[in-house]
Amino acid sequence: MTPPPGRDFSKVLVANRGEIAIRVCRALRELGIASVGIASEADRDALHAAYADECHSLGGRLPSESYLDIEKILAICVDAGVDAVHPGYGFLAENADFADACRQRGIVFIGPPAEAIRAMGSKVEARAIMLAAGVPVVPGSDGYVESLDEARSVAAAVGFPIAVKAAAGGGGMGFRVAETDEQLPDALAAAAREGEKFFGDGRVYIERYLGERRHVEVQVLGDEHGNVIHLGERDCSTQRRHQKIIEEAPAPGLSVERREEICALAVRAARAVGYVSAGTVEGLLSGGEFYFLEMNTRLQVEHAVTEELTGVDIVKEQLAVAMGRPLSVRQQDVAIRGAAIECRVNAERAERGFLPSCGTITRYRPPAGPGVRVDSGVDEGTVVTPYYDSLLAKVVATGSSREEATQRMLRALGEFEIEGVGTLIPLHRQYLASQQWAAAVPSADLALGAVVAPAQER
Amino acid sequence: VSGGARVDVPAGLAATVLSVAAAEGQRCEEGDVIAVLEAMKLEIEVTAPVSGTVVSVPAQPGTLVGESDVLAVVEEDAG
Repeated sequence: MTPPPGRDFSKVLVANRGEIAIRVCRALRELGIASVGIASEADRDALHAAYADECHSLGGRLPSESYLDIEKILAICVDAGVDAVHPGYGFLAENADFADACRQRGIVFIGPPAEAIRAMGSKVEARAIMLAAGVPVVPGSDGYVESLDEARSVAAAVGFPIAVKAAAGGGGMGFRVAETDEQLPDALAAAAREGEKFFGDGRVYIERYLGERRHVEVQVLGDEHGNVIHLGERDCSTQRRHQKIIEEAPAPGLSVERREEICALAVRAARAVGYVSAGTVEGLLSGGEFYFLEMNTRLQVEHAVTEELTGVDIVKEQLAVAMGRPLSVRQQDVAIRGAAIECRVNAERAERGFLPSCGTITRYRPPAGPGVRVDSGVDEGTVVTPYYDSLLAKVVATGSSREEATQRMLRALGEFEIEGVGTLIPLHRQYLASQQWAAAVPSADLALGAVVAPAQER
Repeated sequence: VSGGARVDVPAGLAATVLSVAAAEGQRCEEGDVIAVLEAMKLEIEVTAPVSGTVVSVPAQPGTLVGESDVLAVVEEDAG
């Protein structure tokens, strides 16, 4: 057999920290590719710094002086002689300028083309592209909304409640709901302010705020040979402050036919932007209709749910695609059996309004056993600092059905011991044992105590 | 004239100090923002627990504070 065409990597820098940096290094190690880690001053003793084959110091503590510092990271790339960079998620993963800067220095950016990142980075442009490609979008404004009068006329056309969103936003930031006309000025101002602050772009647009909605997304993979496939959907309807904390697949309550239609729409969406590498088409399911929301042009936190369900290693597919090879799986080979659930173990105290919890982890005993996967970025002795996001570890449980996956997750969370910092484990245990979870009722703003009665009495 | 109790305003969680609104000698009402903290990409406003006069502000923007670190001291209005 002749080897597949491509450009092989011998050394790759992972421009991230925590669990995802380790996840990517694991794929590299399995493929016999040397891994280069980077660590800020605050992460000198972090697990990811020790896991990489070699680790370079970034200095700094704040993201802006460490994991977001493009010039520092590129200098390390050159110094270490890497062939490519994997950005993980967050930080520089959806930064088209970083992707361009890598290319200019002859370093492969493991992800989609910079043009696709730019096109999908503007939610307004993304909406226009999807409409042109025949992918339904949530009813809303044509382009940016620049004044209160304009906002009022859009609201009159689509009806309250409406969501005001920062064009460059995402991850629950730069997002405000206005239930009535009186709330519109504040919602406009707040979304613009957050857009400016977190994404450097204060422009906003408006969508109808759909009631009774589920957050459903589709994992897609594309290569440079024109192949685009999907690996099925995930349901991410359990959120706090509009940020995901539990994800599952397959989406509950979807017929096989509907699932196929939604996944086909996602492939169409990915093709519309010439998508290459792993990406996620996010949408809302409301009243039986699927609406495109946005495309995340990167690996996602919850990719492990799909990996466990399909057996496809998404990070290795990203690496193969970046080396110029075709995807290793064809659409007809993708089989989904059973169910998988992911719980994000964040360092937050649900009982204190999800307040971040920093400190030293004094005891750490992760769960194991059948159908349980733990991707963790911490260990006993790890100091959890306020500088980065709160995700400590992810637990993924799989089973032959949603019920079995839930039972496994509850068993795993019961085994999981973390002391020294507060975590979401108590909330997850309470919620997964509730009737609300058993009935798959979506929750966009979960709070401890607001969880309905346990399901045992069924 | 003064002489009310001195009330410490603690950070309440480990965080970095994003900005400090209180100034020494300034009056503050209960609920006024003393400082804005940031931890794990979340902004948290720390507010005055009582009405009175700000008598000292140890909090410095850009620094790291612990849960029990005092951001400001407020001398409560004498009842």
